[in-house]
Amino acid sequence: MQSLPFQPEQASTIAKSVDQLYFFLTAVTLFFTALIFSIIFYFMIRYRRRSPDERPKAIEGSFPLEVLWTVIPTLIVAVIFVWGSTLYFRNSEPPRGSMEIFVTGKQWMWKVEHPEGQREINEMHVPLGRPVKLTMTSEDVIHDFFVPAFRVKKDVLPGRYTSLWFQATKVGTFHLFCAQYCGAFHAGMIGSIVVQEPDEYERWLAGGTTGESMEQAGEKVFQQTGCPSCHMADGTGLGPSLLGVYGHPVKLTSGETVTADDAYLRECILQPALRRVFGYKPLMTSFQGQLTEEQLNNVIAYIRALGNTPPPPPKQEVKP
Amino acid sequence: MSTATLEPQPRVHTQRNYLNADYGWKSWLFTVDHKRIALLYMISVTFFFIIGGSFAVLMRIHLTEPQGALVQPETYNKLFTLHGVVMIFFFLIPSIPAVLGNFLVPLMVGARDLAFPKLNLLSWYIYITGGLFTLYSAIAGGVDTGWTFYTPYSSTYSNTQVTAVAIGVFITGFSSILTGLNFIVTIHKMRAPGLTWFRMPLFLWAMYATSIIMVLGTPVLAITLFLLALEHLFHVGIFSPALGGDPLLFQHLFWFYSHPAVYIMILPAMGVVSEIIPCFARKRIFGYKVICFSSVAIAVLGFLVWGHHMFVTGQSIYAGLIFSLLSFLVAIPSAIKVFNWTATLYKGSISYEAPMLYALGFIGLFTMGGLTGLFLASLATDVHLNGTYFIVAHFHYIMVGGAVMGYLGGIHFWWPKITGRMYPNAWAALAAAIVFVGFNLTFFPQFILGYLGMPRRYAFYPAEFQVLNVMSSAGATVLGVGYLIPLIYLMWSMRYGPLAEPNPWGATGLEWTTSSPPPTENFAEIPVVTQEAYAYAPEEAAGD
Repeated sequence: MQSLPFQPEQASTIAKSVDQLYFFLTAVTLFFTALIFSIIFYFMIRYRRRSPDERPKAIEGSFPLEVLWTVIPTLIVAVIFVWGSTLYFRNSEPPRGSMEIFVTGKQWMWKVEHPEGQREINEMHVPLGRPVKLTMTSEDVIHDFFVPAFRVKKDVLPGRYTSLWFQATKVGTFHLFCAQYCGAFHAGMIGSIVVQEPDEYERWLAGGTTGESMEQAGEKVFQQTGCPSCHMADGTGLGPSLLGVYGHPVKLTSGETVTADDAYLRECILQPALRRVFGYKPLMTSFQGQLTEEQLNNVIAYIRALGNTPPPPPKQEVKP
Repeated sequence: MSTATLEPQPRVHTQRNYLNADYGWKSWLFTVDHKRIALLYMISVTFFFIIGGSFAVLMRIHLTEPQGALVQPETYNKLFTLHGVVMIFFFLIPSIPAVLGNFLVPLMVGARDLAFPKLNLLSWYIYITGGLFTLYSAIAGGVDTGWTFYTPYSSTYSNTQVTAVAIGVFITGFSSILTGLNFIVTIHKMRAPGLTWFRMPLFLWAMYATSIIMVLGTPVLAITLFLLALEHLFHVGIFSPALGGDPLLFQHLFWFYSHPAVYIMILPAMGVVSEIIPCFARKRIFGYKVICFSSVAIAVLGFLVWGHHMFVTGQSIYAGLIFSLLSFLVAIPSAIKVFNWTATLYKGSISYEAPMLYALGFIGLFTMGGLTGLFLASLATDVHLNGTYFIVAHFHYIMVGGAVMGYLGGIHFWWPKITGRMYPNAWAALAAAIVFVGFNLTFFPQFILGYLGMPRRYAFYPAEFQVLNVMSSAGATVLGVGYLIPLIYLMWSMRYGPLAEPNPWGATGLEWTTSSPPPTENFAEIPVVTQEAYAYAPEEAAGD
């Protein structure tokens, strides 16, 4: 047994700001608890029954007091609301240029994949002082990626991507917990986040890799699954060319426009009929159940890389 | 206890009342008397409380060791699931409405029974049928989904008795709906002459607000569980992405009922406290109408805050913003109630019988439970605290510190009316103190555990969390003792307690104008109400 800690380690850029709000809330709680308790104790003693036939005068209530104790709590919760929401909004979008890591939850382990091809299980190496964006999905049930020292948490859902980001401020090893109950060994779905100095991280990244980046693995899947037979690079295939698509707006048959992000690309692969690109026929079959989450991640990594290549000239002749 | 006892033979009630009106099991199992049905409920919810409590004891023993001291992780998962299911659906939700509400609503409105006495009996049978399904599931291997039944784990991955429990909870829901319906109609149509809406005791207002939630919310739970069973049994794709469903849809539907269900559990306790405080302070309640409207406000706003359970699911941040705002709003009527109860004590004549101790304990613990709710309504702090022991501590402060304290306070307050006997006040006061201390010892350390990051529903945990877990388990022992003592002296009092006067506490309210225990027909003549509720001051009776 160790000594009692009362605060989890602060190891990310947001930890301190979340704690400040937490301490403010604690102060509000202590203040009002103490206030109510002391008033009650004071009244209990001051107005204790002294003789059995005491009949104190009735007090109906007091409008000014009701207003007072409606307005004061309202103001306090307004402050907390604005404070909590501002922090949450500020922390909801990863900074530009964040490095990306991909996480797949499955009963009962965390699978981690770095774009450079480095794979880990129940462990995630990250460099100190660089924002890291996680793109997460689950192979089975709902899990939740929780790093107390970073004050970050996000559910990891089957069938869709969620993301979170953090920037570590301390070198060390920190708990990674699954915080959404996921079955028999839920409590064993834990791991560690290893924060290293950037150069140390680079060395770790270089060593022991499979020699294949996510992008390269994705290209292999892309070829083997037969994608290029329709998605021809020059834009003359039955499907749209994927060059320069990622991160750019795509016009749909419905007339809407979406940004080709991870979620949209995932949907196109698994449910191609749902939101089709303008100008193309509904020919693509679903790859639901044919690709693992890792293969999907890799294919999307490959398409992401293609996003940096300029697209072919727009196709003119085919009507919707 | 039966033969040669040294105690003086207790006197017995010679007057005819609902208890001695008839004897034999048929007179109980086929009764349509709301007071007898209330006792059937009292016995049943006590039974389920003991079952649910035993699961909690096993869990707390297990958690004294980081690697788990008692059972396999699978078994631990079943323990916390059944603890939650039994305590919420079979104890907390029916506790005050179906026991005290059943007994008191007709008495308080000055009627001879509820509007639909046979439906009332039916609702008890429905409750028992649902309970039997749940007990069957526990014996047949248990269920391990958590009381929240999150999909797709519950619908496609769990190999335990999900269907049996879902059916049990589904069935029991109808008993809530019938009870709620009965109360709404009774309060609307059967109030005694002169008992206007704003002369009603606040317990009736609380029952009314609760009934509205029961009638409007419970069908949604029934639909949700039905869909869950469809997916579990026939693989209809509703919630599981592998079958083409939406993994978060279940949580929206589930919390649409289950957050208001929190108010089904706490509003009745607030009603009880609003009766006890004026009685033992001999003061009209401070801000009567404000408390009425705050109950209704809580009932309405309670339906609009379910999304605060889902801040970390990846739902839209704008949805999060709205749900956060509404959750803060629902905190305000609760705060107003606390201030009004406290103000009622001002210039009162306060005595400290056991019901009052429970009521004051309720205010203290509910205040802490409510304030710690602000941490979870606030988006940035919820991200860290969601899914940890902080949540467990928070809702136990509301559900156990609030609802159970309220229920025990109410039982102690109306016990003389229900049984016609007094219990030993010294023992009752001691038990109230032990419950208060034991409760805080059990659940306060869990706030810290949660902040430190220990997730809930962990069958084993990193060693650094052991000290606080051991403290919590030690507190649970004290709490357990606190709950056992009333069980003993209350049972003792049923046979040996001194006979109760019609109005032993000098309380206002129509239930105290009839004998203790009341006759089957409640009142010889239907009373006429000529004054406000809580007319404790002598001059108030004349004027006003």
